[in-house]
Amino acid sequence: MAFIEVEELSFVYPSERGERRMALDQVNLSIEEGEFVAVLGTNGSGKSTLAKHLNAILLPTSGVCRVAGMDTRDAARLWDIRQNVGMVFQNPDNQIIAAIVEDDVAFGPENLGVPSDEIRRRVDEALAAVGMSSFRGFAPHLLSGGQKQRIAIAGTLAMHTKCLVLDEPTAMLDPVGRGEVLDTVRQLHQESGITVVYITHFMEEAAAAQRVVVMEEGKIVEDGSPKEIFSRVDAMKKRGLDVPLAAEVAWKLRKQGVRLPEDIVTDEELVVALCR
Amino acid sequence: MLTDITIGQFFPGTSVLHRMDPRAKLLLLIVLMAAIFIFDTPGGYTALTGLALALIFLSGVPASMYFRSLRPLWWILAFTFLIHLCATPGEVFFRFWIFDMTKEGLSRGFFLCLRLTLLILFSSLLTFTTSPLSLTDGMERLLRPLKAVGVPAHELAMMMTIALRFVPTLIEETDTIVKAQQSRGADFSTGNVLKRVRHLVPILVPLFISSFRRADELATAMEARCYRGGEGRTRMKELHVGGVDYAAAGVTALLLAAMGAMKAAGV
Repeated sequence: MAFIEVEELSFVYPSERGERRMALDQVNLSIEEGEFVAVLGTNGSGKSTLAKHLNAILLPTSGVCRVAGMDTRDAARLWDIRQNVGMVFQNPDNQIIAAIVEDDVAFGPENLGVPSDEIRRRVDEALAAVGMSSFRGFAPHLLSGGQKQRIAIAGTLAMHTKCLVLDEPTAMLDPVGRGEVLDTVRQLHQESGITVVYITHFMEEAAAAQRVVVMEEGKIVEDGSPKEIFSRVDAMKKRGLDVPLAAEVAWKLRKQGVRLPEDIVTDEELVVALCR
Repeated sequence: MLTDITIGQFFPGTSVLHRMDPRAKLLLLIVLMAAIFIFDTPGGYTALTGLALALIFLSGVPASMYFRSLRPLWWILAFTFLIHLCATPGEVFFRFWIFDMTKEGLSRGFFLCLRLTLLILFSSLLTFTTSPLSLTDGMERLLRPLKAVGVPAHELAMMMTIALRFVPTLIEETDTIVKAQQSRGADFSTGNVLKRVRHLVPILVPLFISSFRRADELATAMEARCYRGGEGRTRMKELHVGGVDYAAAGVTALLLAAMGAMKAAGV
């Protein structure tokens, strides 16, 4: 059984005027333990709504969402689900609760009722895992955006989450911060085998994933490896999405008659192909 | 820049007072404040003043900071002193126009001012040597027994923590809004009081709206991290009552006994 199983999931946001807007429309998706999945889509395509279903912040209007075998509608397992699936949100300021970095990382395990010396150990571990150990005593407002997001990631790690769901974690960061966050996530995925669901607008970040899921109007319209998805440049452009710069350059060169393979996604691959 | 404002009046340090448990400090503060009212004899005041001076020295916080904490009270102190000086009946030692200054008034005014000063100094000793966070922590634990009668101890402490955490963030945001409005031609520095207050509206409205949005997102983030109120929650930093606290309690008890003896003896 897959770690995350979404079956025929639909979600309707209640609106004031009684009109019903389908945010998710019969979505099917399964994610194995240890996978690194990027989710792409324009604004309003339902990416964030899907993400919020994965740790039961939103509950399905119809259909099923199962995490580690637990149905998210099962109120008795709610806290188990949230402990298993950690979330990192877009705005780094609005998810840091405590006034000191290490206290914030401790917030999750404190809520879980973990004994205090065990919390201390987990906090040390989590801060080391995101490379923020030397900032333990800092006030969050003195940190950069990328550092704040790494603290938020550490906060979920301290709960011993198996899966990390990041909802556009780099949308408000500068390029340096973006790099920091992506590197941290990649490293956690490779070294700790943590499952990652990474929602983003940045195609270069999606290219780092093992699998890319493209959403449009509440539906999953593409699902495949970055190479498969980004080689279909025309289809992506039609959906209002970009492809990584290297893929686009390769696509334009191919159009001009340069013979290049179709699966170029990263700058490196492009350079290698061009130099051949 | 607005961001230079520090919250609270905490001076980080490692003095005996800094190392005390916040609960012990809070409780002893209450005891000392009661003592100021109960042991209202010259002997009692001498002892308490001596204690205050000793603690100020021990705290390692510059004495000028304590003077500064008294400054807002300057006018009240002077006024209290003068009223008592002139309005207390007794042996007149100086007459000026319609004011009769009496010896009794002099001593009464002096002791009242001393009492106020001591109250402020003892509270300053607490806030100068205890970080706002451990202060809220201490308050939460002290209020915990009152939960049975409906005091939301945990919720109050959580609110305080979040408020402290967001002060710098909101200050930054206010700064941004002020600049944004100024760049659109808003004028905050001219006109009479009424006009200036009206000019605050374009700052307050966006600030409030964004605070509500922040609150909403923060609540979601807290839920995502398994927050479900104070029930069954543990803490990473447990408070420990240690030797310093017992020593402080012992010293206070001895002092109280001494003052009680002095009051009984009429000193």
